Amino acid sequence: MTRLLTVENLSKVYTLGGGLFGKSRELVALNDIDLTVEAGETLAVVGESGCGKTTLGRCIIKAQPSTAGRVVYHPKSGGEVELTSLNKRQIKPYRQDIRMIFQDPMSSLNPNMRVFDLVAEPLRIHRIARGQELENKVVDTLARVGIPADALGRYPHAFSGGQRQRIGIARALVLDPKLVIADEAVSALDVSIQAQVLNLLDDLKEEFGLTYIFISHDLGVVNYIADRVVVMYLGHVVETAPTEMLFERPRHPYTEMLLEALPIADPTRRKGRRPELKGEIPYLGNRPQGCPFHTRCKYAQDRCRSDKPVLRPIHGTAQSAACHFAETLDLKGAYDDAPQRTFA
Amino acid sequence: MTKPLLSVNDMAIVFTSPDEPDIEAVRQVDLTLTPGKTLALVGESGCGKSVTARAVLRLLDKNADISRGEILYDAAQDGPVDIARLDPDGLAMRSIRGAQISMIFQEPMTSLSPVHTIGNQIDEVIMLHERMSQKQARERTIALLDQVGVPGARDRANAYPFELSGGLRQRAMIAMALACTPKLLIADEPTTALDVTTQAQILDLLRQLQDDFGMAILFITHDLGVVAEVADEVAVMYLGDVVEQGDVYEVFRAPQHPYTQALMNSVPRLQRKAERQRLSPIKGTVPSPKDRPEGCAFTSRCPHAFAPCPNIRPERTEVGAGHIARCHLLTQANVEEPA
Repeated sequence: MTRLLTVENLSKVYTLGGGLFGKSRELVALNDIDLTVEAGETLAVVGESGCGKTTLGRCIIKAQPSTAGRVVYHPKSGGEVELTSLNKRQIKPYRQDIRMIFQDPMSSLNPNMRVFDLVAEPLRIHRIARGQELENKVVDTLARVGIPADALGRYPHAFSGGQRQRIGIARALVLDPKLVIADEAVSALDVSIQAQVLNLLDDLKEEFGLTYIFISHDLGVVNYIADRVVVMYLGHVVETAPTEMLFERPRHPYTEMLLEALPIADPTRRKGRRPELKGEIPYLGNRPQGCPFHTRCKYAQDRCRSDKPVLRPIHGTAQSAACHFAETLDLKGAYDDAPQRTFA
Repeated sequence: MTKPLLSVNDMAIVFTSPDEPDIEAVRQVDLTLTPGKTLALVGESGCGKSVTARAVLRLLDKNADISRGEILYDAAQDGPVDIARLDPDGLAMRSIRGAQISMIFQEPMTSLSPVHTIGNQIDEVIMLHERMSQKQARERTIALLDQVGVPGARDRANAYPFELSGGLRQRAMIAMALACTPKLLIADEPTTALDVTTQAQILDLLRQLQDDFGMAILFITHDLGVVAEVADEVAVMYLGDVVEQGDVYEVFRAPQHPYTQALMNSVPRLQRKAERQRLSPIKGTVPSPKDRPEGCAFTSRCPHAFAPCPNIRPERTEVGAGHIARCHLLTQANVEEPA
């Protein structure tokens, strides 16, 4: 497999307050993130709100500046490019290769632009095509995501949520990207439409040889679409693993908690009361000492309250976890609870 | 079988607008709620599930009208009342709303007052419906907050909503809904805005409270996982019609309406890679109620649609004990054996 992207020690710190006399406070949204993305894979980033998954996506493409660390892109032509050190003009060509799809298709499309112009805009900005060529490219791309040619003159409000998300996808795809960062791309959609868009993303990946970073909070969707999963908690990566291993036997107690909380669409697998699910994600500015998860962890020991575990590979597996007891804990997976039926 | 607490029979709700034709957002809703049981009303956005819930509390906007049907509320004292015929602002309705039937909303931040402490907001509900002094009401408020798992309830009662996390706000909302021990609790997407671990906690709490208080719950959601987790019965809505209702185990085991089947096939199942099947989504999108066919609402997207579907409304067909679906395929099977 060829490497497409490397993220090393990436950190993002927001400074809050601190007027003339006020004391400023630091909010660490990303804390030393390390991850790699291989060409052709779908890497899911999961976690609850406020864990930093969106910030991570935005920092990779420099939609937001990071505070420290490196993001290195490995183009097909060879070599490597450190995106984090580029200025606005220098990074522009790489923004063709790395594109984003946003969560809310209503607020991410300019309501004053027609569909044609929305999809043509990236081509114009990057001066890739004009005239007839531009028109053909836009029509082809829209047709590929399932928007008919007679809709080109309409404005976003005339489309349903699912169609708007398709337009958002077309805007990302029209530049023939290599890597697509999909930030909660299906979360705002109804289930039947969500299934259509998931299938579309699957087909497009195949057809265009895409790589996805799929940011989501929905583990059911992640299990369906991802090859590998990164679990985040309070700005830390707590576990990375191939999808099946993660769902089979998680190595971090937080992953186990997420799987335990996941509702399954089969009443015979009803989980009942789950008293071990406790607490809520703490405020980011109020990060606990030691392991960030120890305040909610049912396995926490004294050591967890003082020593911060680092993300390390678990011997004999392809998993990594940031837990002192990752090897010894026998955590519960999710597959045994799963229903297996289909209805004709 | 226990006597139903609330039955909605053949209800339709019409929205009027000065410059557009009327829209029948809800066309045919039949629901039955039993004390101590949870009925989940499930459907995609725009199917009319929230409007149905608001109709039960008569909280509809001025331009909406319950044009047909009845909402029979059978509270022990003076026989059944048809809520659909009450004056929404009248004394009778106001004594039911908030006291006997109460509601939890999706987004607690927008449904709680930002300028009053949660304690004051809960006190107000109690004092409005029961003869109590401010002091007694506050004691009850604190007990309620404690019961719904708000830590340090006595102090937290003085907190404003913005000072609380999403989960705590939803707990405060639940405490307010339970302030007068309602017989029916309507929960409109109560966990949709929450993270999964918080959602699991709130679902646990609702189950616990139902055991303690014995109220009926009408649980509105779009998430089949949540339905499977909390419901005793489930009703599936599509474009203003309830297309299927029945025991939750029965409906998930053998869904009868093509829409219910399609909905269940749209949810990714938790499977290992080797067993993973491609999702089979429902084709097309939900049409506007304006374009709804005279017959079955699902006709335009149904893989099994045939001659009578667009023009004739399917009858209620009992397919199992208490399991009802409206589909021509079911009635047809009774008339002629498939070849």
